[in-house]
Amino acid sequence: MDSQTHPTFTHRLAPFLSFTVLVLIWEVAVRFAKLDSHVLPGPSQVFFSMIELIKDGSIFKHTVASLFRVTAGFYLAAALGIPLGIVLGRSHIASLLFSPIINFLRPISPLAWIPLAMLWFGIGDKPAVFLIFLASFFPIVVATMVAVQSINPTFFHVAANFNFSRFEVIQKIVIPAIIPAIITALRLTVTIAWIVVVAAEMIAVQSGLGYLILDARNGLRLDQVMDGMIVIGLIGILLDSIMRRLGRIDSAAWGIRQP
Amino acid sequence: MGHIVISGLNKEFVNRRKSRREDDTAPLGHVVPVLEDINIEIEDGEMVCFLGPSGCGKSTLMRIVAGFDKQSSGSVMIDSKAITGPSSDNIFVFQHSGLLPWMTVAQNVELGIRHMKDAHERCGKIQEYIEMVELEGFEDHYPHQLSGGMLRRAELARALVVNPDILIMDEPFSGLDFLTHMKLREEVVNMHQFLGKTILIVTHDIDDALVMGDRIIVFSRRPSQIKLNRKLDFPHPRNFFKKDTELAKLRDELFFMLGVNYAV
Repeated sequence: MDSQTHPTFTHRLAPFLSFTVLVLIWEVAVRFAKLDSHVLPGPSQVFFSMIELIKDGSIFKHTVASLFRVTAGFYLAAALGIPLGIVLGRSHIASLLFSPIINFLRPISPLAWIPLAMLWFGIGDKPAVFLIFLASFFPIVVATMVAVQSINPTFFHVAANFNFSRFEVIQKIVIPAIIPAIITALRLTVTIAWIVVVAAEMIAVQSGLGYLILDARNGLRLDQVMDGMIVIGLIGILLDSIMRRLGRIDSAAWGIRQP
Repeated sequence: MGHIVISGLNKEFVNRRKSRREDDTAPLGHVVPVLEDINIEIEDGEMVCFLGPSGCGKSTLMRIVAGFDKQSSGSVMIDSKAITGPSSDNIFVFQHSGLLPWMTVAQNVELGIRHMKDAHERCGKIQEYIEMVELEGFEDHYPHQLSGGMLRRAELARALVVNPDILIMDEPFSGLDFLTHMKLREEVVNMHQFLGKTILIVTHDIDDALVMGDRIIVFSRRPSQIKLNRKLDFPHPRNFFKKDTELAKLRDELFFMLGVNYAV
């Protein structure tokens, strides 16, 4: 646990080492295979085109556009999904009524909704946000519901013993009890949301990293396609580390550190 | 006050088991009687130990007294009032920790007195009970940072701070190492002599029952009936090794050496 709270030099160095090796393999592969830059551009070419994109600011514009959509859709899904999951987890009748619908909608790929989303919301941010919402909403609802259902029943007895009100049961038992599971669910879901935003942007909008990739492909600029991919990967790492940090807050860490 | 009268109490479960336990001959889906015609009267301030084979329904009886479960027939009266549900007048101390793992020791202890208006008085009370169970310095620790014995102490503090009439302890020492078990047992006896609350303890440790109880009640196998209900009038500290005084001395010395002062 010490190595987690105080990363040693090795812990910091390891990721850089593996990335360096990856880039080296990539460079060697490109040189020896003598691949055309329209098939697989080398690291240096990708690096320079990245600088180009940074200089004209377009990479930032697209990143911000994507992040905005992911954030909006994701927060919307969490804000509606977590309370719904709590209700379904606490009420047997609600779960009997709504679980079949959720299980029916859950396996339908958010991408299958694209035609409907475009008809309902037109072109722009709205259909993309809607698709991200769909992609995040169901996993969050199901994870919350399962987390609530698996709360140790002893805690509810304790609540009854100390005369908790209904509100206190939610506030002092249910919500803190499900936080570790919710954080895990959010970690997984934010990745799904991030996958879906790229797909959505390839169809419904004129901005964002998905659009950048599609646009670059149409111009046969594979180096820029890879720039888009790299930024997506980096932001993925960033989002995940933010989520992980949430999980290390002391009152939320009980689930991970319990003996 | 904690005067309990249990009369003609029966408890049945519906057997929903899909396959049968080896020693279980009851047909599936049938009603399984657990407790049969239980009659007990417990005086205010008495410490009663319940012994019995596992699965005999001692815990079920405790859950009924605590209001978590309902009897099938018969009555349980506490101070001549029927039980309507869980209440902070009778606090249940759980077999495995019932502390809320996302709250610190102090926050857990605060649960019972959270409606106390005066924050200063509230903090004083929390501190008083944390000191009583010798957990000072651990107020801001989370349960996962405490040892098994400390968890039980913290839960005891949380139970006592509400000044309940009755304390119900379901195998309070299970899973503790021997010395922690002895120390905690001694502390519960001392606490009982000091506070004089009605305490019901479920155990299957005969030693515990003999050493602690003002009375022991022994249950039979399921369907459980009362096999023995005897008052123990021996004074504390109690000692099994009186016959062989030298061994007894050595035992006492060892206990003292290892931190159990009186080997009550």
